[in-house]
Amino acid sequence: MCRTGQDPESSETEDEADTDALFIALLEDSAEELYESAPCGYLSTLMDGTIAKINATLLRWLGMEREAVVGRRRFTDLLTVGGKLYHETHFAPLLRMKGELSGIALEMKTADGGRLPVLVSSTVKHSGEGEPLLIRTTVFDASDRRTYEEELLHRKREAEQARAEAEQARAEAEEARRQAEADRVRLADALAVLQQSLLPASLPAAPGLETAVYYHTASPDRLGGDFYDLFPIDGARWGFFLGDVCGKGPEAAALTSLVRYTLRAAALHDPEPATALATLNAVLHERYAASGDVRYCTAIFGVVDTGSRPGHATVRLASGGHPSALILRAGGHAEFLPTPGGLLVGILPSAPATTAETVLEPGDTLLLYTDGLTEARTGPTHNSLYGEDALHAFATAHAPCTPQEAIGALSELLDSFGDGLDDDTALLALGVPAVPPHPLPATKHDR
Amino acid sequence: MENWVVMDICRRNNVTVTGRSDGPVVVLAHGFGCDQNMWRLIVPALTERYRVVLFDYVGSGGSELSAWSEDRYASLDGYAQDVVDVCDELDLERAVFVGHSVSAMIGVLAAQAAPERIGALVMVTPSPCYIDDDGYLGGFTAHDIDELLAALEANYLGWSSTMAPVIMGNPERPELGEELTNSFCATDPDIARVFARTTFLSDSRQDLKSVHVPTLVLECVQDVIAPREVGAFVHAAIPSSRLVSLDATGHCPQLSAPEATARAILDFLESL
Repeated sequence: MCRTGQDPESSETEDEADTDALFIALLEDSAEELYESAPCGYLSTLMDGTIAKINATLLRWLGMEREAVVGRRRFTDLLTVGGKLYHETHFAPLLRMKGELSGIALEMKTADGGRLPVLVSSTVKHSGEGEPLLIRTTVFDASDRRTYEEELLHRKREAEQARAEAEQARAEAEEARRQAEADRVRLADALAVLQQSLLPASLPAAPGLETAVYYHTASPDRLGGDFYDLFPIDGARWGFFLGDVCGKGPEAAALTSLVRYTLRAAALHDPEPATALATLNAVLHERYAASGDVRYCTAIFGVVDTGSRPGHATVRLASGGHPSALILRAGGHAEFLPTPGGLLVGILPSAPATTAETVLEPGDTLLLYTDGLTEARTGPTHNSLYGEDALHAFATAHAPCTPQEAIGALSELLDSFGDGLDDDTALLALGVPAVPPHPLPATKHDR
Repeated sequence: MENWVVMDICRRNNVTVTGRSDGPVVVLAHGFGCDQNMWRLIVPALTERYRVVLFDYVGSGGSELSAWSEDRYASLDGYAQDVVDVCDELDLERAVFVGHSVSAMIGVLAAQAAPERIGALVMVTPSPCYIDDDGYLGGFTAHDIDELLAALEANYLGWSSTMAPVIMGNPERPELGEELTNSFCATDPDIARVFARTTFLSDSRQDLKSVHVPTLVLECVQDVIAPREVGAFVHAAIPSSRLVSLDATGHCPQLSAPEATARAILDFLESL
């Protein structure tokens, strides 16, 4: 093979020489040039801070002449006042103790009155004997970094502020919740007390009678709805009633209270059932309808007398627009005690009531109920209601039974309706015991 | 029980007791910025003849930071109470209180509160008021103090990232243990802000009148924080005072001119 050009080896040598020349040209900077034109500020001070040497870069940044600085100014003279304070309280003591420091953020004053954020690092040069001789300091322009840091600090403050506000809001919400809970408890307490005035806590013991009640509350925080009561009139006679006021809530509760105490007072004055209901009608009409606020109720009022025949009870009752009472006979059948034609109580100035009478034999049980029972939904639609026929069949199936047994069975029935039972429901049963209480032990064995 | 309390205050204020146990007592109190290590170059000159008590104010150096509250330490009285607490726990009587910078005024307040505890004062580069006020030259404006607070904030970022490793590693000065360098001058930024505000915004000029004990006022000829006018003001306000001007630069002569500072303090102690 022929060689076609220069000797490749000599060509390589020339290339190396060119490269070296290039480096030499680049490296022609002297140490002095490197110092003066370095991309950071250089500064040497005596131990008292007097500036002994400063590079051109820093002079340019500060806009100052060398002659005005060297030997004439101290390092702290170049700092803002805040920087001076920081220098004296932190920087200088630390530097004295440690001999070096780096990355301290300070601000320098420029000749034109501007400020130059810088990061300063210093080392102390010691003599062979360990005496501090001078301080060497490098200064980096930290404008960008300071902006970034200030943004960080700003964000940090914002975050702290937001956190404080969130904490405040949380505390306020918690306080509001506590307050609401306290209000709710107070209201529940008040409602419970009010409810006590609307319904008897328990029925009094009536000699010769068995009684039982059940009350189903559709919504615990809403007062009113149905009512019942049982109270003595005289020796052998007891008054009882059960009914349903229109509406729910405070107004209904006020109406219920008025109904209950009017009936009790009226019965003491004249226990004839139709008269008691007539009195109630007059009172409600005067109280509400006359002022345009029509409020009414349905009620069934009765008087039971155990004195006329031992082991039996005579019941007279009248109804104002209320479903008929149901009697579960000792013989195993059930029958309604019709009280047709009675009007709602409180709407018209006068409302004649229908009176009915029956005798309860031993083992008979009289049941009063509100329409929550018969109008409970038993199917998916509003049309499929439990109804009086079903109730009659249920009663027939359970007769004979005591008032407690009747109420027990009916409360289970109500439970079985589930969501279909959406109204308050009151049940009151009273009856004559099937077997009279044992007579007191005779004294004939005593002798 | 009592021992427990003593331990508690000594731990709270990181109290160090050194020197001659039966000697007169000298209490050295640091100013704003650092801690009791500010006195390291002075202590050896004192220990031969004196019992030397050093401590850190709560919030500084090796003190119990959990004992700090803004409420207490937002006024110089809170710091003075630290001094009284330490004196009470060590049962010091007529001790010489050497206070640097703001501690000089804290010493004045402590001597008011517990005159039986403090028998003489050394005020190293004191200033009763840093802010200029109608004929009084304190050296600063309120705006300047805001700048200092900004500088503290700016260096908080520096401390947490850059400074920590620098402070920890210190091969040339092994005598500065890691424990020392770790806490020296590195204060919780919130605590530092409160101390800075309390230091530089307080005006204790009226309290100087209460000083009747022998007092040494030490100033530096070049001090940007406490200029010579302030030294002269303090000296004039305390009739029982001597003023010594150290040929030193800066606010911390115990670091920049330790021999001269120690000499001046010893001369004063010997004159008592």
